[in-house]
Amino acid sequence: MYVIIAGGGKVGWNLARELIAKGNEVTLIESNRSRYLTIEQELEHAVQYGDATELWVLERAGIQRADLAIAVTGDDEDNLLICQMAKEKYLCERIIARVNNPRNRAWFELLGIQPAVSATDLILRLIEHEVPSYGLVHLLDLRDEQLEIIEVEVGDTSPAAGKRVQDMPLPEGALIISLLRQGRGFVPKGDTVIEAGDEVLLVLDPGLEDAITAQFAPNGRMTA
Amino acid sequence: MFVLIVGAGRVGSQVARSALSAGHTVSVLDEDPLSHERLEVGMSTTWEEAGGLFTVGHAMEVDALREAGIEEAEVFIASTDGDNTNLTIAQIAQRHYEVPSVIVRVMDPARAAWYREQGLQTVCPTQHAIEMFQSAVAEIAGTGSA
Repeated sequence: MYVIIAGGGKVGWNLARELIAKGNEVTLIESNRSRYLTIEQELEHAVQYGDATELWVLERAGIQRADLAIAVTGDDEDNLLICQMAKEKYLCERIIARVNNPRNRAWFELLGIQPAVSATDLILRLIEHEVPSYGLVHLLDLRDEQLEIIEVEVGDTSPAAGKRVQDMPLPEGALIISLLRQGRGFVPKGDTVIEAGDEVLLVLDPGLEDAITAQFAPNGRMTA
Repeated sequence: MFVLIVGAGRVGSQVARSALSAGHTVSVLDEDPLSHERLEVGMSTTWEEAGGLFTVGHAMEVDALREAGIEEAEVFIASTDGDNTNLTIAQIAQRHYEVPSVIVRVMDPARAAWYREQGLQTVCPTQHAIEMFQSAVAEIAGTGSA
Protein backbone atom coordinates (compact mmCIF):
# COMPACT_ATOMS: atom_id res chain seq x y z
CA MET A 1 0.00 0.00 0.00
CA TYR A 2 1.26 3.53 -0.80
CA VAL A 3 0.58 6.00 2.01
CA ILE A 4 1.12 9.75 2.08
CA ILE A 5 1.29 11.35 5.51
CA ALA A 6 1.09 15.13 5.89
CA GLY A 7 2.70 16.46 9.06
CA GLY A 8 5.89 15.14 10.65
CA GLY A 9 5.07 15.76 14.30
CA LYS A 10 5.10 12.95 16.86
CA VAL A 11 1.97 11.41 15.36
CA GLY A 12 3.06 11.61 11.74
CA TRP A 13 6.63 10.47 12.28
CA ASN A 14 5.61 7.47 14.36
CA LEU A 15 2.86 6.54 11.91
CA ALA A 16 5.40 6.65 9.08
CA ARG A 17 7.84 4.50 11.06
CA GLU A 18 5.16 1.89 11.88
CA LEU A 19 3.74 1.77 8.37
CA ILE A 20 7.21 1.36 6.84
CA ALA A 21 8.02 -1.41 9.35
CA LYS A 22 4.85 -3.20 8.20
CA GLY A 23 6.12 -3.14 4.63
CA ASN A 24 4.19 -0.18 3.21
CA GLU A 25 5.60 2.47 0.93
CA VAL A 26 5.35 5.80 2.74
CA THR A 27 6.01 9.45 1.95
CA LEU A 28 5.90 11.84 4.88
CA ILE A 29 5.57 15.55 4.08
CA GLU A 30 6.92 18.08 6.58
CA SER A 31 6.88 21.85 6.08
CA ASN A 32 9.34 22.86 8.78
CA ARG A 33 12.87 22.73 7.37
CA SER A 34 14.73 21.81 10.54
CA ARG A 35 12.13 19.24 11.54
CA TYR A 36 12.39 17.78 8.04
CA LEU A 37 16.19 17.50 8.31
CA THR A 38 15.88 15.69 11.65
CA ILE A 39 13.37 13.18 10.27
CA GLU A 40 15.35 12.77 7.06
CA GLN A 41 18.31 11.33 9.01
CA GLU A 42 16.10 8.37 9.91
CA LEU A 43 13.55 8.06 7.11
CA GLU A 44 15.83 9.27 4.27
CA HIS A 45 13.94 9.41 0.97
CA ALA A 46 10.63 8.59 2.66
CA VAL A 47 10.28 12.18 3.89
CA GLN A 48 9.84 15.23 1.67
CA TYR A 49 10.12 18.91 2.51
CA GLY A 50 7.11 21.08 1.64
CA ASP A 51 3.67 22.43 2.50
CA ALA A 52 1.22 19.60 1.90
CA THR A 53 -1.64 22.03 1.32
CA GLU A 54 0.02 23.00 -1.98
CA LEU A 55 -1.01 20.95 -4.98
CA TRP A 56 2.47 20.62 -6.49
CA VAL A 57 3.83 19.29 -3.21
CA LEU A 58 1.12 16.63 -3.07
CA GLU A 59 1.74 15.79 -6.73
CA ARG A 60 5.50 15.56 -6.20
CA ALA A 61 4.80 13.08 -3.41
CA GLY A 62 2.72 11.03 -5.85
CA ILE A 63 -0.77 11.71 -4.53
CA GLN A 64 -2.25 10.39 -7.80
CA ARG A 65 -1.18 6.86 -6.99
CA ALA A 66 -1.65 6.98 -3.19
CA ASP A 67 -3.94 4.35 -1.66
CA LEU A 68 -4.27 6.29 1.57
CA ALA A 69 -3.73 9.94 2.55
CA ILE A 70 -3.36 10.82 6.22
CA ALA A 71 -3.34 14.46 7.40
CA VAL A 72 -2.00 14.82 10.93
CA THR A 73 -0.62 18.35 11.11
CA GLY A 74 -1.34 20.49 14.15
CA ASP A 75 -3.70 22.66 12.14
CA ASP A 76 -7.29 21.57 11.52
CA GLU A 77 -7.83 23.73 8.45
CA ASP A 78 -4.72 22.23 6.86
CA ASN A 79 -5.82 18.68 7.66
CA LEU A 80 -9.28 19.34 6.31
CA LEU A 81 -8.10 20.81 3.01
CA ILE A 82 -5.35 18.24 2.46
CA CYS A 83 -7.89 15.44 2.84
CA GLN A 84 -10.47 17.27 0.75
CA MET A 85 -8.04 17.67 -2.15
CA ALA A 86 -6.75 14.11 -1.81
CA LYS A 87 -10.30 12.80 -1.97
CA GLU A 88 -11.98 15.13 -4.44
CA LYS A 89 -9.17 16.29 -6.72
CA TYR A 90 -6.89 13.24 -6.74
CA LEU A 91 -9.62 10.65 -6.06
CA CYS A 92 -7.58 9.01 -3.32
CA GLU A 93 -9.68 6.10 -2.12
CA ARG A 94 -9.07 6.42 1.58
CA ILE A 95 -8.31 9.38 3.79
CA ILE A 96 -7.81 9.85 7.52
CA ALA A 97 -7.78 13.29 9.14
CA ARG A 98 -6.67 14.32 12.58
CA VAL A 99 -8.93 16.73 14.47
CA ASN A 100 -6.90 18.84 16.89
CA ASN A 101 -9.78 20.83 18.33
CA PRO A 102 -12.82 18.58 18.91
CA ARG A 103 -15.08 21.57 18.29
CA ASN A 104 -14.02 21.41 14.66
CA ARG A 105 -15.26 17.84 14.22
CA ALA A 106 -18.57 19.08 12.81
CA TRP A 107 -16.74 20.90 10.01
CA PHE A 108 -14.92 17.72 8.98
CA GLU A 109 -18.28 15.96 8.81
CA LEU A 110 -19.84 18.86 6.90
CA LEU A 111 -17.19 18.60 4.20
CA GLY A 112 -17.30 14.81 4.07
CA ILE A 113 -13.87 14.25 5.59
CA GLN A 114 -14.20 10.86 7.30
CA PRO A 115 -12.82 9.31 9.38
CA ALA A 116 -11.71 12.29 11.44
CA VAL A 117 -9.77 11.23 14.53
CA SER A 118 -9.61 13.37 17.64
CA ALA A 119 -7.33 12.46 20.55
CA THR A 120 -9.72 14.18 22.96
CA ASP A 121 -12.63 12.06 21.74
CA LEU A 122 -10.53 8.89 21.94
CA ILE A 123 -9.58 9.64 25.54
CA LEU A 124 -13.21 10.37 26.42
CA ARG A 125 -14.13 7.05 24.83
CA LEU A 126 -11.49 5.32 26.95
CA ILE A 127 -12.80 7.00 30.08
CA GLU A 128 -16.29 5.75 29.26
CA HIS A 129 -14.89 2.26 28.88
CA GLU A 130 -12.66 2.33 31.96
CA VAL A 131 -15.19 3.88 34.33
CA PRO A 132 -18.21 1.56 34.46
CA SER A 133 -20.25 4.01 36.52
CA TYR A 134 -20.52 6.07 33.37
CA GLY A 135 -23.35 3.72 32.43
CA LEU A 136 -23.14 3.27 28.70
CA VAL A 137 -20.17 2.43 26.50
CA HIS A 138 -20.00 3.00 22.77
CA LEU A 139 -18.42 -0.07 21.21
CA LEU A 140 -18.83 0.83 17.58
CA ASP A 141 -20.14 3.81 15.67
CA LEU A 142 -21.14 3.16 12.07
CA ARG A 143 -21.59 6.77 11.09
CA ASP A 144 -22.40 6.23 7.46
CA GLU A 145 -24.87 3.47 8.27
CA GLN A 146 -26.39 5.53 11.10
CA LEU A 147 -26.05 2.68 13.58
CA GLU A 148 -24.15 2.17 16.78
CA ILE A 149 -23.43 -0.75 19.06
CA ILE A 150 -23.37 0.04 22.75
CA GLU A 151 -22.80 -1.83 25.96
CA VAL A 152 -24.63 -1.05 29.18
CA GLU A 153 -24.39 -2.67 32.58
CA VAL A 154 -27.62 -3.65 34.35
CA GLY A 155 -27.62 -2.07 37.81
CA ASP A 156 -29.15 -3.57 40.97
CA THR A 157 -32.02 -1.12 40.90
CA SER A 158 -32.33 -1.03 37.13
CA PRO A 159 -35.85 -1.34 35.70
CA ALA A 160 -34.50 -4.08 33.40
CA ALA A 161 -33.32 -6.41 36.20
CA GLY A 162 -35.65 -9.41 36.39
CA LYS A 163 -37.45 -8.60 33.13
CA ARG A 164 -37.65 -10.95 30.17
CA VAL A 165 -36.05 -9.65 26.97
CA GLN A 166 -39.41 -9.73 25.18
CA ASP A 167 -40.98 -7.58 27.91
CA MET A 168 -38.40 -4.81 27.64
CA PRO A 169 -40.17 -1.67 26.41
CA LEU A 170 -37.37 -0.75 23.99
CA PRO A 171 -37.81 2.25 21.73
CA GLU A 172 -38.15 1.73 17.97
CA GLY A 173 -34.65 1.41 16.53
CA ALA A 174 -33.09 -0.47 19.47
CA LEU A 175 -32.37 -4.20 19.58
CA ILE A 176 -30.68 -6.38 22.21
CA ILE A 177 -28.07 -8.48 20.42
CA SER A 178 -26.15 -10.13 23.25
CA LEU A 179 -25.88 -10.58 27.02
CA LEU A 180 -22.61 -10.98 28.90
CA ARG A 181 -23.04 -12.86 32.17
CA GLN A 182 -20.17 -13.97 34.41
CA GLY A 183 -17.68 -13.49 31.63
CA ARG A 184 -19.66 -15.44 29.01
CA GLY A 185 -21.59 -13.97 26.18
CA PHE A 186 -24.72 -15.40 24.58
CA VAL A 187 -27.51 -14.37 22.27
CA PRO A 188 -30.67 -14.11 24.35
CA LYS A 189 -34.10 -15.43 23.38
CA GLY A 190 -37.35 -13.60 24.03
CA ASP A 191 -37.87 -15.41 27.33
CA THR A 192 -34.31 -14.92 28.64
CA VAL A 193 -34.48 -13.05 31.96
CA ILE A 194 -32.11 -10.10 32.31
CA GLU A 195 -30.26 -10.09 35.64
CA ALA A 196 -28.58 -7.36 37.62
CA GLY A 197 -24.88 -7.39 36.78
CA ASP A 198 -25.44 -8.49 33.16
CA GLU A 199 -23.80 -6.47 30.45
CA VAL A 200 -26.19 -5.92 27.58
CA LEU A 201 -25.09 -5.22 24.02
CA LEU A 202 -27.55 -3.32 21.87
CA VAL A 203 -27.60 -2.04 18.34
CA LEU A 204 -29.18 1.41 18.17
CA ASP A 205 -30.14 4.23 15.91
CA PRO A 206 -28.11 7.24 17.06
CA GLY A 207 -29.82 9.44 19.63
CA LEU A 208 -31.46 6.66 21.65
CA GLU A 209 -28.67 6.50 24.28
CA ASP A 210 -30.58 8.36 26.97
CA ALA A 211 -33.68 6.20 26.61
CA ILE A 212 -31.54 3.04 26.83
CA THR A 213 -29.55 4.29 29.81
CA ALA A 214 -32.80 5.04 31.62
CA GLN A 215 -33.90 1.41 31.27
CA PHE A 216 -30.67 -0.38 32.11
CA ALA A 217 -28.25 1.71 34.14
CA PRO A 218 -28.26 1.69 37.97
CA ASN A 219 -31.03 3.88 39.34
CA GLY A 220 -32.24 4.18 35.81
CA ARG A 221 -30.03 7.17 35.09
CA MET A 222 -26.60 8.08 33.86
CA THR A 223 -24.53 8.19 37.01
CA ALA A 224 -21.51 10.05 35.64
CA MET B 1 -27.25 44.14 2.07
CA PHE B 2 -25.62 42.40 5.06
CA VAL B 3 -21.90 41.84 4.42
CA LEU B 4 -19.81 39.75 6.82
CA ILE B 5 -16.07 40.15 6.43
CA VAL B 6 -13.76 37.73 8.22
CA GLY B 7 -10.23 39.03 8.51
CA ALA B 8 -9.70 42.77 8.59
CA GLY B 9 -6.13 43.15 7.42
CA ARG B 10 -5.14 45.64 4.74
CA VAL B 11 -7.57 44.12 2.27
CA GLY B 12 -10.49 43.27 4.53
CA SER B 13 -10.53 46.60 6.34
CA GLN B 14 -10.59 48.61 3.11
CA VAL B 15 -13.36 46.46 1.66
CA ALA B 16 -15.28 46.87 4.94
CA ARG B 17 -15.00 50.68 4.88
CA SER B 18 -16.10 51.01 1.29
CA ALA B 19 -19.03 48.60 1.77
CA LEU B 20 -20.14 50.61 4.82
CA SER B 21 -19.95 53.92 3.01
CA ALA B 22 -21.90 52.38 0.13
CA GLY B 23 -24.74 51.96 2.62
CA HIS B 24 -24.46 48.24 3.40
CA THR B 25 -24.69 46.66 6.83
CA VAL B 26 -21.12 45.55 7.53
CA SER B 27 -19.97 43.16 10.23
CA VAL B 28 -16.29 42.39 10.71
CA LEU B 29 -14.88 39.35 12.52
CA ASP B 30 -11.19 39.23 13.42
CA GLU B 31 -9.27 37.48 16.18
CA ASP B 32 -7.02 40.49 16.70
CA PRO B 33 -8.59 43.48 18.52
CA LEU B 34 -5.98 45.67 16.81
CA SER B 35 -7.76 45.24 13.51
CA HIS B 36 -10.60 47.32 14.96
CA GLU B 37 -8.20 50.27 15.00
CA ARG B 38 -7.16 49.54 11.44
CA LEU B 39 -10.83 49.73 10.42
CA GLU B 40 -11.05 53.29 11.70
CA VAL B 41 -7.99 54.57 9.83
CA GLY B 42 -9.04 57.62 7.80
CA MET B 43 -12.51 57.73 9.35
CA SER B 44 -13.76 60.78 11.24
CA THR B 45 -15.95 58.70 13.58
CA THR B 46 -15.57 55.36 15.31
CA TRP B 47 -16.44 52.23 13.34
CA GLU B 48 -19.52 51.69 15.51
CA GLU B 49 -20.68 55.33 15.23
CA ALA B 50 -20.52 54.91 11.48
CA GLY B 51 -22.86 51.94 11.85
CA GLY B 52 -20.30 49.13 11.57
CA LEU B 53 -20.27 45.95 13.64
CA PHE B 54 -17.11 44.32 15.01
CA THR B 55 -16.59 40.99 16.75
CA VAL B 56 -13.36 39.62 18.21
CA GLY B 57 -13.12 35.89 17.65
CA HIS B 58 -11.77 33.04 15.56
CA ALA B 59 -13.49 32.27 12.30
CA MET B 60 -13.73 28.53 12.99
CA GLU B 61 -15.68 29.08 16.22
CA VAL B 62 -19.43 28.72 15.86
CA ASP B 63 -20.10 31.25 18.64
CA ALA B 64 -17.96 33.91 16.98
CA LEU B 65 -19.56 33.35 13.58
CA ARG B 66 -23.05 33.58 15.07
CA GLU B 67 -22.21 36.68 17.07
CA ALA B 68 -20.89 38.30 13.91
CA GLY B 69 -24.23 37.55 12.25
CA ILE B 70 -23.45 34.74 9.82
CA GLU B 71 -27.06 33.56 9.94
CA GLU B 72 -28.27 36.86 8.47
CA ALA B 73 -25.32 37.44 6.13
CA GLU B 74 -26.06 37.82 2.44
CA VAL B 75 -22.41 38.20 1.46
CA PHE B 76 -19.52 36.42 3.19
CA ILE B 77 -15.96 37.53 2.50
CA ALA B 78 -13.07 35.36 3.75
CA SER B 79 -10.01 37.60 3.80
CA THR B 80 -7.80 36.39 6.65
CA ASP B 81 -4.08 36.05 5.99
CA GLY B 82 -4.35 32.26 5.72
CA ASP B 83 -5.46 30.48 2.54
CA ASN B 84 -6.40 27.36 4.46
CA THR B 85 -8.52 29.22 6.98
CA ASN B 86 -10.21 31.18 4.18
CA LEU B 87 -11.01 28.09 2.13
CA THR B 88 -12.35 26.24 5.15
CA ILE B 89 -14.58 29.01 6.51
CA ALA B 90 -15.84 29.89 3.03
CA GLN B 91 -17.06 26.32 2.59
CA ILE B 92 -18.64 26.40 6.05
CA ALA B 93 -20.43 29.65 5.17
CA GLN B 94 -21.60 28.23 1.85
CA ARG B 95 -22.62 24.72 2.86
CA HIS B 96 -23.64 25.03 6.51
CA TYR B 97 -24.97 28.57 6.82
CA GLU B 98 -26.05 28.74 3.18
CA VAL B 99 -24.88 32.32 2.72
CA PRO B 100 -26.01 33.27 -0.82
CA SER B 101 -22.72 34.88 -1.91
CA VAL B 102 -19.35 33.71 -0.65
CA ILE B 103 -16.11 35.31 -1.81
CA VAL B 104 -12.76 33.94 -0.68
CA ARG B 105 -9.23 35.26 -0.98
CA VAL B 106 -6.71 32.60 -1.96
CA MET B 107 -3.09 33.61 -2.46
CA ASP B 108 -2.10 30.28 -4.04
CA PRO B 109 -3.14 30.45 -7.74
CA ALA B 110 -3.30 26.67 -8.15
CA ARG B 111 -5.79 26.16 -5.38
CA ALA B 112 -7.68 29.34 -6.27
CA ALA B 113 -8.27 27.80 -9.69
CA TRP B 114 -9.31 24.39 -8.39
CA TYR B 115 -11.68 25.70 -5.75
CA ARG B 116 -13.20 28.05 -8.33
CA GLU B 117 -14.01 24.99 -10.40
CA GLN B 118 -15.67 23.53 -7.30
CA GLY B 119 -18.03 26.50 -7.14
CA LEU B 120 -16.33 28.94 -4.80
CA GLN B 121 -15.88 32.54 -5.92
CA THR B 122 -12.15 33.00 -5.41
CA VAL B 123 -10.07 36.17 -5.58
CA CYS B 124 -6.37 35.52 -6.18
CA PRO B 125 -4.14 38.59 -5.71
CA THR B 126 -1.09 36.55 -6.66
CA GLN B 127 -2.58 35.75 -10.05
CA HIS B 128 -3.23 39.46 -10.64
CA ALA B 129 0.37 40.26 -9.69
CA ILE B 130 1.67 37.58 -12.06
CA GLU B 131 -0.36 38.97 -14.95
CA MET B 132 0.70 42.56 -14.23
CA PHE B 133 4.36 41.58 -14.11
CA GLN B 134 4.00 39.54 -17.28
CA SER B 135 2.41 42.39 -19.20
CA ALA B 136 4.93 44.89 -17.79
CA VAL B 137 7.81 42.66 -18.94
CA ALA B 138 6.19 42.16 -22.34
CA GLU B 139 5.68 45.89 -22.70
CA ILE B 140 9.31 46.65 -21.84
CA ALA B 141 10.50 43.95 -24.23
CA GLY B 142 8.24 45.39 -26.92
CA THR B 143 9.63 48.88 -26.40
CA GLY B 144 13.23 47.58 -26.48
CA SER B 145 12.87 45.72 -29.76
CA ALA B 146 11.10 48.61 -31.44
